[in-house]
Amino acid sequence: MKLIARLALFVCLLLATLAVATPAPAPMNAGEELQHVDGEVGRYGGHLVIGQRSEPKTLNPVTASDAVSREVIGRLTADLITINRESQRTEPGLAKSWTTSADGRTFTLKLRKGIRFSDGHPFDADDVIFSFTVYLDEKVNSPQRDLLIIDDKPLSVTKLDQYTVRFTLPQPYAAAERIFDGLPMLPKHILEKSYREGRFAQSWTLNTSSVEVVGLGPFRVKEYLAGQRIVLERNPYYWKADHENHRLPYLDELVFIFAASEDAQVMRFEAGETDMVSRLSAENFALLNRERARTGTQLVDLGPSLEYNFLVFNLNDLTTKKLDAVASKQAWFRDLKFRQAVSAAIDRDSIVRLVYGTRGTALWGNVGPGNKLWVNQTIPHPQRSLETSRQLLKSAGFSWNDAGQLLDSNGKAVEFSIVTSSSNTQRMKMATLVQDDLAHLGMQVHVVSLDFRAMLDRVFQSFDYEAAVMGLGGGDPDPNPEMNVWLSNGATHLWHLGEAQPASDWEREIDQLMQKQMITLNFQKRKQLYDRVQQLISENLPFIFLATPNVLAGAKAQVGNFHPAVLDHYTLWNADQLYLRTESRGGERAGIR
Amino acid sequence: MRGRTPLLVLALATLHLMAIFAGFIAPYNPGAQNRELPYAPPTRVHFVDASGFHQRPFVYAPTFSLDSYEEDRTRELPIHLFVRGDTYTVLGILRSNLHLFRVDEPAHIFLLGSDGYGRDEFSRLLYGGQISLAAGLLATLLSLAVGTIVGTVSGYYGKWVDESLMGTAELFLSLPWFYFLIAVRAFLPLHLSPAETFLLLIGVIGLIGWARPARLVRGVVLSARSRNCVSAARGFGASDLYLLRRHILPETFGVLLTQAALLVPQYVAAEATLSFFGLGVSEPVPSWGNMLSTLQQYNVLVSYGWLLAPAGALVVTSVIYWLLADLLHSRLKSHSI
Repeated sequence: MKLIARLALFVCLLLATLAVATPAPAPMNAGEELQHVDGEVGRYGGHLVIGQRSEPKTLNPVTASDAVSREVIGRLTADLITINRESQRTEPGLAKSWTTSADGRTFTLKLRKGIRFSDGHPFDADDVIFSFTVYLDEKVNSPQRDLLIIDDKPLSVTKLDQYTVRFTLPQPYAAAERIFDGLPMLPKHILEKSYREGRFAQSWTLNTSSVEVVGLGPFRVKEYLAGQRIVLERNPYYWKADHENHRLPYLDELVFIFAASEDAQVMRFEAGETDMVSRLSAENFALLNRERARTGTQLVDLGPSLEYNFLVFNLNDLTTKKLDAVASKQAWFRDLKFRQAVSAAIDRDSIVRLVYGTRGTALWGNVGPGNKLWVNQTIPHPQRSLETSRQLLKSAGFSWNDAGQLLDSNGKAVEFSIVTSSSNTQRMKMATLVQDDLAHLGMQVHVVSLDFRAMLDRVFQSFDYEAAVMGLGGGDPDPNPEMNVWLSNGATHLWHLGEAQPASDWEREIDQLMQKQMITLNFQKRKQLYDRVQQLISENLPFIFLATPNVLAGAKAQVGNFHPAVLDHYTLWNADQLYLRTESRGGERAGIR
Repeated sequence: MRGRTPLLVLALATLHLMAIFAGFIAPYNPGAQNRELPYAPPTRVHFVDASGFHQRPFVYAPTFSLDSYEEDRTRELPIHLFVRGDTYTVLGILRSNLHLFRVDEPAHIFLLGSDGYGRDEFSRLLYGGQISLAAGLLATLLSLAVGTIVGTVSGYYGKWVDESLMGTAELFLSLPWFYFLIAVRAFLPLHLSPAETFLLLIGVIGLIGWARPARLVRGVVLSARSRNCVSAARGFGASDLYLLRRHILPETFGVLLTQAALLVPQYVAAEATLSFFGLGVSEPVPSWGNMLSTLQQYNVLVSYGWLLAPAGALVVTSVIYWLLADLLHSRLKSHSI
């Protein structure tokens, strides 16, 4: 009898400690306007471990600019309107519905009633107004601020009642509701003080007490151990439930551990220390695939990503720089026929096969087949043809000497270097293949691998390079985030930075088209404009597009609702619905000791 | 000990001859890519088929399916000896297109498999050996030359000359070279031709390494200087140059020879290390170091074991040279006693 009593006490104590360890979902409240989601109904409990490239730098959603910090912050916070990563369309978030005025300039958002922050404090329009005040404050210097400034004027926000807010844009803006994704709502009751005191940028660092970091996301901070891990626990007041009315999230804990490289992440995943890996390289995917029969790992190939890798020639204006050696080669690079010849000589199929192990797609334009909504299907995909290349070069005044070297019209041998980032083995490989392809045309090409920062410095600052293999894109399928690449004065207009005037007619036309599509509300009309942009780009080849990798991700067999997406964040976007099919054993807590 | 000498000399000669005649032994050009055959495993050489034993070995053409290679058993392709193929030069003088062995298309003979570009690892290993061994030998020569001069001057003249030179030597020994080199590379022009990089490598490795031989030579010179025969010669009015040439430098000969045998493998490894981190000769020119650098990728390391061949070559080279150093050491000791 005594034994049973003791045992009962022990069990009670154990349960008590467990209850302290992870909060149970709060009971349903009648006035709460929860969002009910589709998908498999999971089971509560367990923790999921994810490897991260590095530690997050901050937990402040307004000042975070690096992907790793955002990866964590995204689980702690929520947006008014979100882009569903699977359908790539907008859907209600904290705003249960919204209406757009006929002129496309005013948005009226209805907020969910009765929902609470992770500390139990209710959320309403005041929090929305406060959040936008912070995002728009120049002194806070949020990277998201640029999105809210349209035609040099900020959008304005007004509170209509406790659960209704109105946004007014200075001019019509296409797909304006998409900008709400990535603008997490902040708790006014916690952050107002530091904002008033001008200390906003210093709030919510990694060392802030976990009680103070409060959000509307599925999880909240539990503990942070410098250099080891950051543990998130269930937000008991989260505002989503499954269709059987169980409050999400299913997981008790989400644990981020730090693994410096993709290889290190794969090793930890193989060792069972982490439960999911995203952004796998094709080679590592193949490696995990070979072990699949034994491990039962779920591996998903989502098809082409939105990233585009390309070869770019330095077409910058170098008159004020002392770079005569580079400048003397720009006559070739500026010649469209030269760029066309290079493009025609590149064996893109081999790049897809050798670099991506066939898990990739060749590209001839900036929008690849991964972006189904926007890709211009009429862009031609010419086969590799050295014959075409030779004819193009010949017609541009190039010739060959007896040794097969390509000479320009002044008799100078064509020789240049391609810089790539040494940390990206895939782009290194692409450059090496391009080197060999161009050797068939008699061009002597050197591949120079540089530290990533050193390469960026050359491309963006000193312009001391001849050609580079780089990659861009991957965030959003919409054309608006691409503006900075294609506008002639854009910050990422890589081939020719800092153009005061468009350097050519086609760049001028792209400027006009991009500006116009931004304020066009009709999708078909926008698509026509952007199709023309794609056409101009593929005809004028400021970038010589190479290939795009597939989005590859993996998870342990027991992870349920694993639906990786082509968009960021690939595997954690539905963290609130992820669950573990079986109780994890003690041994599987290996990664965290 | 004695019995091993001819074997060792044979091994040493084979190693270097294979590198020198890489063009003849290697079936393919080291840069030739076979884009259909990335990471092909070592080609199996067959003697036996369904019809029995063949005197002339043959191979099957590989076919790639999904993630693995199969042999296309429908056609046997014999290995031909002494056939014409790509042209190459031996030591930059002799031009030829005669190869030791080859097989007909569509088969390829990859004795050590192929790398991620479908390049023959065996051919690259031989050509890479040219770069790696030459870098090791030339850098050793440079190191010893500088070391001997500095060491002799230091040991012979002594006093402040000795102190300042040996101080510099210690400084050189204590510098964090690797980080220094990475920093230096950032200041060099973007593209250096493989020949320029090669000379730079030799210069860098050789000049960094002078301190140790200098200290050794200094010690020998110091002890030789105080010998009776030297004092006597000096008494008869011999010049410094005469003394150095006649009495002192010959004493350093043994030390230098042993030191050389120790330095060569060390420098071959140094070249490999620098190339491994992208500071050496660049693609597509092979060297043992840049061949190994693909193994930085985890999946390559665990999936394609044959790409470790250059590491094996490094081990073999080191062992041969260490045995040589050992041999020289014991020979010279018994000689001087």
